[in-house]
Amino acid sequence: MSTRLAQGGRLIDRSRQVSFTFDGKTFRGHPGDTLASALLAGGQVVMGRSFKYHRPRGAVAYGVEEPNALVNLGEEGRFEPDTRATTQEIFDGLVAESQNRWPSLDWDIGAVNSLFARFLPAGFYYKMFIHPRAAWKHLFEPFIRRSAGLGRAPRARDADRYEHFYAHVDVVIAGGGVAGLAAALAAGRSGKRVLLVEQSGHWGGRAVVDGARIDGKEAADWVADAVAALDAMPNVTLRTRAMAAGVYDHGYVLVHERLTDHLADKSGLRQRLWRVRAGRIINAAGALERPLSFAGNDVPGVMLASAMRDYLVNHAISPGDRTVIVTNNDDAYRTALALHEAGLIVPAVLDARPVADGELPERARAAGIRVETGRAVVRVKGRSHVTGVEVGLHVGEGSVLEEIACDAVAMSGGWSPVVHLWSHCGGKLNWDEAQAHFRPDPERPPLGADGTGFVRCVGASNGHLRTGDGIADAVAGAAWATGADAGKAPAGEDADEGALMPVWLMPQGAGVKLRAKMWLDYQNDVKVSDVQLAAREGYESVEHTKRYTTLGMATDQGKLSNINGLAVLSGALNAAIPQVGTTTFRPPYVPYTLGAIAGSAARETFMPLRKTQMDSWHVEQGAEFEPVGLWRRPYSYPRLGETVKDSVAREILNTRKNVGILDASTLGKIIVKGPDAGRFVDMMYTNMMSNLAVGRCRYGLMCNEQGFLVDDGVVARLSEDTWLCHTTSGGADNVHAQMEEWLQTEWWDWQVYTANVTEQWGQIGVVGPNARKVLEKLGGMDVSKETLPFMHWAEGELAGFPVRIFRISFSGELSYEIAVPAGQARGLWDAILAAGAEFGMQPYGTEALHVMRAEKGFIMIGDETDGTVIPQDLGLNWAISKKKDDFIGKRGQQREHMVDPLRWKLVGLETEDGSVLPEGAYAVAPGDNANGQRNVQGRVTSTYHSPTLGRGIAMGLVERGPDRMGEMLEFGAGADPVRAKIVDPVFYDKAGEKQDG
Amino acid sequence: MLILTCPNCGIAAEETELSPGGEAHLHRHGPGSSDGEFEEYLFLKENPRGVHFERWRHSHGCGKWFHAARDTATLQVFGTYSAQTTEPPQHIRDAITAARPGWRWRDFS
Amino acid sequence: MKRYSVFAIAREGLRYHQGWERAWRSPAPQKRYDTIIIGAGGHGLATAYYLGKNHGIRNVAIIEKGWLGGGNTGRNTTIIRSNYLQDASAAIYEKARSLYETLSQDLNYNVMFSPRGVMMLAQTQHEVRGYKRTVQANLLQGVATEWIEPARVQELVPIISISGPRYPVLGAIWQPRAGTARHDAVAWGYARACSEMGMDIIQNCEVTGIDRDGDRVTGVQTTKGAIACDRMGIVVAGHSGLLAQMAGFRLPVESVALQALVSEPIKPCLDVVVMANTVHGYLSQSDKGEMVIGGGADGFNNYTQRGSFHHVEETVRALVETFPMISRLRMLRQWGGIVDMTGDRSAIISKTPVRGVYINCGWGTGGFKSIPGSGWAMAELMAKGEPGPLAAPFSLTRFREGQFIDESVAAGVAH
Repeated sequence: MSTRLAQGGRLIDRSRQVSFTFDGKTFRGHPGDTLASALLAGGQVVMGRSFKYHRPRGAVAYGVEEPNALVNLGEEGRFEPDTRATTQEIFDGLVAESQNRWPSLDWDIGAVNSLFARFLPAGFYYKMFIHPRAAWKHLFEPFIRRSAGLGRAPRARDADRYEHFYAHVDVVIAGGGVAGLAAALAAGRSGKRVLLVEQSGHWGGRAVVDGARIDGKEAADWVADAVAALDAMPNVTLRTRAMAAGVYDHGYVLVHERLTDHLADKSGLRQRLWRVRAGRIINAAGALERPLSFAGNDVPGVMLASAMRDYLVNHAISPGDRTVIVTNNDDAYRTALALHEAGLIVPAVLDARPVADGELPERARAAGIRVETGRAVVRVKGRSHVTGVEVGLHVGEGSVLEEIACDAVAMSGGWSPVVHLWSHCGGKLNWDEAQAHFRPDPERPPLGADGTGFVRCVGASNGHLRTGDGIADAVAGAAWATGADAGKAPAGEDADEGALMPVWLMPQGAGVKLRAKMWLDYQNDVKVSDVQLAAREGYESVEHTKRYTTLGMATDQGKLSNINGLAVLSGALNAAIPQVGTTTFRPPYVPYTLGAIAGSAARETFMPLRKTQMDSWHVEQGAEFEPVGLWRRPYSYPRLGETVKDSVAREILNTRKNVGILDASTLGKIIVKGPDAGRFVDMMYTNMMSNLAVGRCRYGLMCNEQGFLVDDGVVARLSEDTWLCHTTSGGADNVHAQMEEWLQTEWWDWQVYTANVTEQWGQIGVVGPNARKVLEKLGGMDVSKETLPFMHWAEGELAGFPVRIFRISFSGELSYEIAVPAGQARGLWDAILAAGAEFGMQPYGTEALHVMRAEKGFIMIGDETDGTVIPQDLGLNWAISKKKDDFIGKRGQQREHMVDPLRWKLVGLETEDGSVLPEGAYAVAPGDNANGQRNVQGRVTSTYHSPTLGRGIAMGLVERGPDRMGEMLEFGAGADPVRAKIVDPVFYDKAGEKQDG
Repeated sequence: MLILTCPNCGIAAEETELSPGGEAHLHRHGPGSSDGEFEEYLFLKENPRGVHFERWRHSHGCGKWFHAARDTATLQVFGTYSAQTTEPPQHIRDAITAARPGWRWRDFS
Repeated sequence: MKRYSVFAIAREGLRYHQGWERAWRSPAPQKRYDTIIIGAGGHGLATAYYLGKNHGIRNVAIIEKGWLGGGNTGRNTTIIRSNYLQDASAAIYEKARSLYETLSQDLNYNVMFSPRGVMMLAQTQHEVRGYKRTVQANLLQGVATEWIEPARVQELVPIISISGPRYPVLGAIWQPRAGTARHDAVAWGYARACSEMGMDIIQNCEVTGIDRDGDRVTGVQTTKGAIACDRMGIVVAGHSGLLAQMAGFRLPVESVALQALVSEPIKPCLDVVVMANTVHGYLSQSDKGEMVIGGGADGFNNYTQRGSFHHVEETVRALVETFPMISRLRMLRQWGGIVDMTGDRSAIISKTPVRGVYINCGWGTGGFKSIPGSGWAMAELMAKGEPGPLAAPFSLTRFREGQFIDESVAAGVAH
């Protein structure tokens, strides 16, 4: 059992208590405790269950690399799964719950898996559940799926807020240990803009725990002075609880900052994602200690030696009265000495090396600690907590020489530099034989925009594990990053360390039974035997092994397991570690919330919303909206008690009978002006536009270079050198971009200016037989048939508003589209409504617009077209100039498939019984094609109930359709296909008598 | 997350300010061209693993198109230059040669 | 080769799994083969498998630059569906989907095909029309899909918010027999079956040149020496352009990055695959409990397997809006793959200007789901020298003729 010592604990404030619950039980800790340290203080060693075998697990680590101690945290809108107890700081009222167990952490039914562990090796599911086929779907897969996952799924909407923060700096330094601080001091003195981030809440890293000295001071004092000095530098920004999550190309760095996760008061912004552009990046992220692979290395109470030291020094945690140390290096002796100094018993240090005569082992011996060299842990005894270890020869096969009773085991397999940020953009690694780890290859850094390296690792993350070396390396790194002389490096001192001996299996001759109990990946329950099995079965690449066994795919992303697993694999393949390679490091370094990635753009601000000047009026009328690109447009204006279907019908009938008003402001409006403007619009449109007279309008089609129809609209010639191109609502930005693209990249010598003035103008459609009366009542312009004929436009003042009036119609009715400067649009809208009241004016929305255009047989971009339709398919040959040598799309329309006489062409469709054809229905043809699909000969492109005609109307594309008028087609398949007749697509006012009123 | 310097306004622009526009120095084939020429123009794009010339638009900036010479395997940028040219200017070619001796792209080297 | 079964597991379990054999052999290349497949990803291995199984062609080498299944086969979001609009696409993807149904039994390797259902949300009127059209087309193509209303969407996906402020869910196209499979297992299962048929899978062997006699292929130069052949299939996804160049022809293909990410694992809360094309995102939950999220592709040529972060951001933002509960989950890992995009975003399975050389590429964002169908069609093409009905529409010449297979018609993105 672990407990809190009466003395010590450099991070905790013993004057105050913090109360929290774990699995419903109340615990108390101190400010400065993490959830893990506070649970250990309360004697709670078991904190979770593993993924596959549901084995009881305690915290094995102290920081972000923790794979075992994951909890469900919080409640309701602040609930989150998989929170690391080792990094979660406690606050009053914190609620935590253990995961992946039922009914309780102590009694978990799933632990039955552990009994069958030998039948559930790596990849077992690839070899089982194959027969019978139905059993996979109905029995095995549901079972596997139910077993999935660790934490509970959140249910509620997130109660917190997040934001993004943009920063541009010369140097980002990731890691606030002494190397990072030394680099920041040197870089800060150069005057460059520096951002130093530390993922934990504390500065100083390991040096302050391990008692190093810097420039003659205690490390903790030096750190305090350094932070104070950096705080005073205006060009340096410091952030704790800020984790450098990923390095992306060209110096882009993401930093995840936690603002309220450690507080009881959650009212502020929860987390901030820093989006940093950095000239240079210094990675001072330190190193992670590796576990040793011995049987039972996952029993609660077995902990990394450095983690145990952290809990002891920072939080005054005793892991138990008796702790056995097992190591292959000198560093772990620091844990032995620290425990000893705290008055706890270290029954033995088991050192795998034949000789251990460095400064630290000697100090341990001098303190009276029993040091056994050439020894191994054969097996850890105990199930839910350590009760002892069996000791054997490291070079042996596992014969037990001795049993030592103990409550905890501290293990150290050496250190691996944290090279993630180096590797995210392709920095390469070298294998360091002496220290048995991968470290950055300075010759192969990640390359930036200029082709030079833009990341450098310093200190322990560069393989410099000693304080003095690390600080000197960090200062050199600062000189590289700033291009300035960094001055003399602070002098760091710590104990001299002897050489480490790589140990990948303990004992090295361990048999298969022991190997099946040596955990590599704790969370995913991957053992040494699993990696060896993968190698035996031919999954020889690291990537194969990783995927086959799930090694390194747990929430710690292999921070503890990757190197150990790789070494086991290389042993099994009889290949050197660097030949076997390493897996790719992917962002993020530590997982962070999707909420932080989404940032502040949530709910109402999820996307920008474009509103017309009349939007508030539409809202007041209770309009149903529909999104059109980023715009929202009224779909219809249902009145009290009306369905939307009813209101659409009413709007249509009223417009056809009296007069309707339409907010057409979203219509795209692009000005094309200049000496070559005529030549240019001739290229952009299929029809001739250069010969359009000033004051006239012409309907035009735009294609892409493939020949497919992409946009349409009415073009008006404003003056000798100016054309106004109307586009679809959703298409304005694209059309304008296309125009600019051609002008800038193909015809850059043409003198043409374009401007997208869509938002500069409000546009109001006054439509219906009474339209002219309304305008005449408003007064100011002659809008008679004679003065302003169809397809003409005029400029003037209407009721005092400066306007352009276009006589164009998308409904077939007498129609005026009135453009007015945007700022005055609402005023004119209100004036028109007031004037129109006596003529029965009602607003209509987009659905009425669509139905009315279909009644008239007008095509709609996006309905009759879908990116594969050419104007010729739509009977629009009249709008394709035969005189022009060239226009965008002309060559494309000459290709073999485009001139195929069997292309589907536009027709009208009428059902026999007046019903509405199903949307998107296909017309079947006899027989099946070679792939067994029904042959088809056409499809419905638009289909509506026409209130005007009181029956269903439709448009469609049919093979040779225009030549087959009157033929019946069958739409759909199955029991009751719908029959429809091919008819002219103009259903209403075929003679076109209505448009002049 | 690329940074490309817009040669028109001089700003070192974030990728989020830019819109990619595909291969640069295309020769437009219109009416009168053969099927092969037209296919090449529209579809047979260069796709090198290495030096590439491409078009970008500073769409959330000055709005102008420009060209970039970039390595598709390392994302190194050799330079950006005006879109109003039919071939890469000499200083861009020199910069590429300095970094990638012996490079070739279509007819350029 | 030992058959995999629960009995084999039990037997091996009793002896600590010391008796398992290699899943596939790792031979040195011979001097010549009837047929060489370049690329041991899912498509290359499936091509080899169906050459052997359907056409009796077993003197085959599959040459792989790195490790088998190490490309896009192992870095996708594992979605399998066939609710495509165009006949040609629906045919080959439905063929693939139906082969997936029995693939575990065919290969004696559990690829964990999970027909949990795929739904594509309609969030604009335009999408409503597009998907209703697709349902109508699928009806005639023999692809079982249906249009479902928002209430049914909510019932199938309890965690969805169907009334978002900007893009409320207006309905969905639902394919109940679509789903997911374990991506690596597909490559491994095919590899094991190919090896068992006597084919040689040669890993870590890079092709450095393609030998021709006039317009006819005679073999390849590799980092493991020259290998002669009569017939060659190039099945290398993002690297197709480079291989085509070696063979002496050009391809209408560009390589771009496509990204995906997973969250930390949580207990099951999403039983189906949901795609939201308006906002360029899709979501499913893996058998490990991770939420698997995919997004749109970058717009520029890229071979780095690293995409641009703002695409991830856009996808996540949209999915948080549609599935509010994911906000407090953490992103565990993000990655990119290189996808090969053609002019119409549909694949190429075709003869080439070089006699004896066949190409299978351009799957873009739809590669994984098509693997068995693609291999089936490619094998038929290579065995007969002429495309069968599945492959015929995917010819290289269609771009010249303007005979597109355009799926963007119904949806903004296709995955």
